[in-house]
Amino acid sequence: MHIMEGFLPHPWWEIWFALSLPVVAYGVHRMNRMIKDNRETLPLLAVAGAFVFVLSSLKLPSVTGSCSHPTGTGMGSIIFGPWITSVLAVIVLVYQAVFLAHGGLTTLGANVFSMGIAGPMVGYLVYRAAMRSGLHLFLAVFLAATLADWATYLVTALQLALAFPAASGGAYASFEAFAAVFAITQVPLAAVEGAVTALMFKYIVELRSDVLVRMNVVSAKAVAVLKEAAA
Amino acid sequence: MKIGSGMKLEAIVLGLIMLFIAAFAYTASTGNHDWSGADSQAEGVISDLTGGSYTPWYQSIYEPPSGEIESLLFALQAAVGSLIIGYFLGYYRAIAKAKAVSAAPDGDRKQDA
Repeated sequence: MHIMEGFLPHPWWEIWFALSLPVVAYGVHRMNRMIKDNRETLPLLAVAGAFVFVLSSLKLPSVTGSCSHPTGTGMGSIIFGPWITSVLAVIVLVYQAVFLAHGGLTTLGANVFSMGIAGPMVGYLVYRAAMRSGLHLFLAVFLAATLADWATYLVTALQLALAFPAASGGAYASFEAFAAVFAITQVPLAAVEGAVTALMFKYIVELRSDVLVRMNVVSAKAVAVLKEAAA
Repeated sequence: MKIGSGMKLEAIVLGLIMLFIAAFAYTASTGNHDWSGADSQAEGVISDLTGGSYTPWYQSIYEPPSGEIESLLFALQAAVGSLIIGYFLGYYRAIAKAKAVSAAPDGDRKQDA
């Protein structure tokens, strides 16, 4: 999902910066307030950030004969919501843009929007909807992380399509062309990311379900059901 | 505290990863793929759509001088992340265990120590 340095023409790179900046600024504000009010969330925040670091460094082969990488943002969006997750994504994307020439500083706004905002927003909404409909906790986490990953890549395809509309067929035709590169490639990767996120989430619930209940991420009832299943 | 039905989730995740590897092995055996990055393939699409007329207007301020150094930096990224995850999960596990031990009757505490 990294749009390479210099690959978004005016006015698109400015537009995506303009959309991302307020979200990230609000995310920083929320993060500071959360850490101040509730120190016990800090280790979980570190784990969610580290999870993005690990997963986004893994370039995996897919059924299309090309490679892509997971995003790791599903975990953060489930526990902390999309605002704070956008800040975690900024850290990783800046590191990769500066040291690895993956993505870029001029395309940072667009990349933060896809990986740090759109994906996590989808993940958060899917998780909340799945929990409300009474789905099993780990299945809800799986679905949220899988769809957050997939949505990230579809948004990247959309961003590129808007910036490079085809001569015939316009932005829709180029969306099909960009989605052909990303969408199928990402399906198995997204599923693996969802599964690994669910496993990671299980370990966090095992160890600190008290914090997650206080943060209103899981209900005390859902934790009791899981404990009962283990007994 | 144990939750879920034992190692069921671990088994499912492992199964899915095996499936992922099998899909890779199958794809690799059915033709010549270059396994290039989807991100750089998107560059190819841009070039097709614009008839090759688009040139990036800004260059990366730094590029790893070789593929080796690039993979070093990626490995470093993964290592730092894993370290943080392992540290905190271990820290939580030890606290949970210490609490369980101090809550247990004296006899158990001696055995555990």
